[in-house]
Amino acid sequence: MDIILDNLPGLLIAIPLLGAFLTPLVSRAGDAARNIWVLLTVALTSLCGLLIASRVLETGTIVYTFGVQHLSEIIPPDSGGIPIRIIFTIDPLSAFMLIIASIVSFCIILYSLSSMEKLSGKDGFFTLLLLLIAGVYGMIATGDLFNFFVFLEISSLAGAALVAYRIDKGVAAEAGLKYAALSTLGGLLFLVAIGFLYVQYNSLNMAVIASRMNLTGLDIIAFVLFFTALAMKCGAVPMHFWTPDSYAMAPSAVTAFLVVSSQASLYALFRVCFTLYGGQINPLTVGWVMIILGVLSMFIGVTMAIPQKDVKRLMAYHAVSQTGYMLLGVGVGLAALSSTCMFNSVGMTALKGGLFHIMNHALYKGLLFLTAGVIMYRCGTRNLNQLGGLGHNMKWTMVFFMIGALAIAGIPPFNGFASKLLIYESTFLFNPLLAVIAMVVSILTLASFVKVFHSMFMGPKLPEYEDVKEAPAPMLIAMAILAILVILFGIFPQTVIDTLVAPAATALIDYHGYAAAVLGAQS
Amino acid sequence: MIDNLPFLVVAITILLGLYTLLFRKDLIKMIMGISLIEAGVNLFLIALGYRWESIAPIFTGAPSLAMVMPTVQALTLTSIVIGVATLALLLSMVMIIYRHYHTTDVREVTKLQG
Amino acid sequence: MSMSKIIRTTADVMFMFIMVFGFYIVLHGHLTPGGGFQGGAVIATAFILLIVAHHMDDFLGWFKKDSFQTCEMSGLVLFIGTALAAISLGYLFFMNFLSGKGGLFGQFVPFGINQGFMSTAGTIPIMNIAVGIEVLGGLTIIILYMTSGIQSPEEGK
Repeated sequence: MDIILDNLPGLLIAIPLLGAFLTPLVSRAGDAARNIWVLLTVALTSLCGLLIASRVLETGTIVYTFGVQHLSEIIPPDSGGIPIRIIFTIDPLSAFMLIIASIVSFCIILYSLSSMEKLSGKDGFFTLLLLLIAGVYGMIATGDLFNFFVFLEISSLAGAALVAYRIDKGVAAEAGLKYAALSTLGGLLFLVAIGFLYVQYNSLNMAVIASRMNLTGLDIIAFVLFFTALAMKCGAVPMHFWTPDSYAMAPSAVTAFLVVSSQASLYALFRVCFTLYGGQINPLTVGWVMIILGVLSMFIGVTMAIPQKDVKRLMAYHAVSQTGYMLLGVGVGLAALSSTCMFNSVGMTALKGGLFHIMNHALYKGLLFLTAGVIMYRCGTRNLNQLGGLGHNMKWTMVFFMIGALAIAGIPPFNGFASKLLIYESTFLFNPLLAVIAMVVSILTLASFVKVFHSMFMGPKLPEYEDVKEAPAPMLIAMAILAILVILFGIFPQTVIDTLVAPAATALIDYHGYAAAVLGAQS
Repeated sequence: MIDNLPFLVVAITILLGLYTLLFRKDLIKMIMGISLIEAGVNLFLIALGYRWESIAPIFTGAPSLAMVMPTVQALTLTSIVIGVATLALLLSMVMIIYRHYHTTDVREVTKLQG
Repeated sequence: MSMSKIIRTTADVMFMFIMVFGFYIVLHGHLTPGGGFQGGAVIATAFILLIVAHHMDDFLGWFKKDSFQTCEMSGLVLFIGTALAAISLGYLFFMNFLSGKGGLFGQFVPFGINQGFMSTAGTIPIMNIAVGIEVLGGLTIIILYMTSGIQSPEEGK
């Protein structure tokens, strides 16, 4: 038992990989066997993720080295004090993201067991989905730059193949092509930046580079390349053009997890800005760049969302806009790091708001995409002009959609309100104009979701949708899990902030602690 | 000056790849542009590891002991494998697009707009 | 779509030599340049030479598509299985538990320049073989799907 508990970070990627590789063999035994196998794999992985997160929140950062004999041999004795193997460094911020990934991955696999029934080629689908899940877990947990690049490419390729899954109409392949091409370019920029850092500091380990860094010209070029590549992968505004196409054309379960994958890239952006270059870059400049990107994303996302006719494309533009909120919150926190008194009053609240918004967004956006998937599954169309009056038949779906829509608009008592209130408070003290823009964007979000709700669920019953039934049971259970969490996080936000978000925010700005956990207090 | 020649070649390759990606209107040629950029980045990584008067890092039957840096070669190998998988995926998607749109001109593949 | 008799005969003969050369690259990956991916790509080239020289139907009569998928899957499962076997022995993930223990790949590597002993380096040659089998299956499946996609609808993967 102790062996398993010690090796949990290794099992975190081994179990989904083993599950993915054995899925073609298990599917030869029938559909039911494959469904049980996939559900078992993802349930074990989510359990691993939650166990690791609880251990980290109790005892501090866990460092797991690959290929040694005992858990404590992070630094080989004859290496001169540098860790030369690949390590997984799981600190409270990674634990926070692991909880998000665990919950959402379990819900989408439960959902896709019944939403994929009518489609063929399912063993390929589940293999790719398990590979995507393994890639996202690896991105969150790793402490090594090149290992992050490898997992980033794994999740991009698996995600692009899943976006282009429905090849009977050619539009999905167009969306998948855009996603794959832009992800490849982002990955290549990231690789060039890794090359710049490796040639100066002779190490690929994040903690070692952070402790050895002196800011040279090459480092600044590498920082710009990192920032561009990771902002491209998470859908910030000048590089957001792949987001509406891919989120709309992918199967709905996949879209809910692509949101988590974009947030893992956002996590890496914060890791690079705060920990890798911690104390070296000018926090005010970089913070303002992040704030401007955030404001642009918020505004352009929501104004492009209002005239959309396709439900999932509208929700994808809202995902861009909510990413703007997270960038705004953490950007204000970064800019406030430049002066201590501003940080004590504003910075910590902004950081907590931005980080809490990541979890809330994954939950309510996943719920919204799953409800859109139910509509597509039962009615065969996503066009708002053709839908109407579905509230008579699909009562549970309507309730879940309403919960998701109120949460994204920031209405109490749902969880969107808690994180948005933290962002509004801190941003208003920092610069009032930003808070006004954020509130206007929130009102426009509410407006567009009222439009969607009215045109989909309200109104008289249409003749072609006379006999649509409610969603099948696995889909309802998956949506219910997310909806219950949305409501719970909204009613008890203080508990969640104290136990999950505050350690993450403290770990984010503590780059000395990160390096000390790996190098053994030598930084 | 001659130290920097590999990096000059890398810059020229990446610029040629970017030119192809931006100014050519056929999907297959744009994917060739992506492949050129990947080749440039791989060459950059290998050129980072070079040391003067050194040989390849193989111990089997080697003449002397000064060797170039082997870690960047491992990074390049991984990058080449990822490039192969990406190209296979991109080309398959272009084949599917050709079957449905009957053209590979990127100005015609515009069903998703707005 | 098959080529002339000279080419077909030459391809049949060269197929054997290319496969042997590919397996040589895979197996000596820990001593000389090469290893899993490179050797696997060479072996896949041998199969692709057969596809180019003969009719596709002849090729599918000799080798089934399912067998390549089985190759790919068994290579991947062997790789992850070797990595997970270290956990069951009480070490951490991916630990090289065969090196220095005697037995199949367990000789000690002498320090410095030597003429290369093949029975060294622990789990590394096993993982090279696993990756070689996987890559030959994977690349051949890609080419099979792409060439048959010209004629009939197939799923691009």
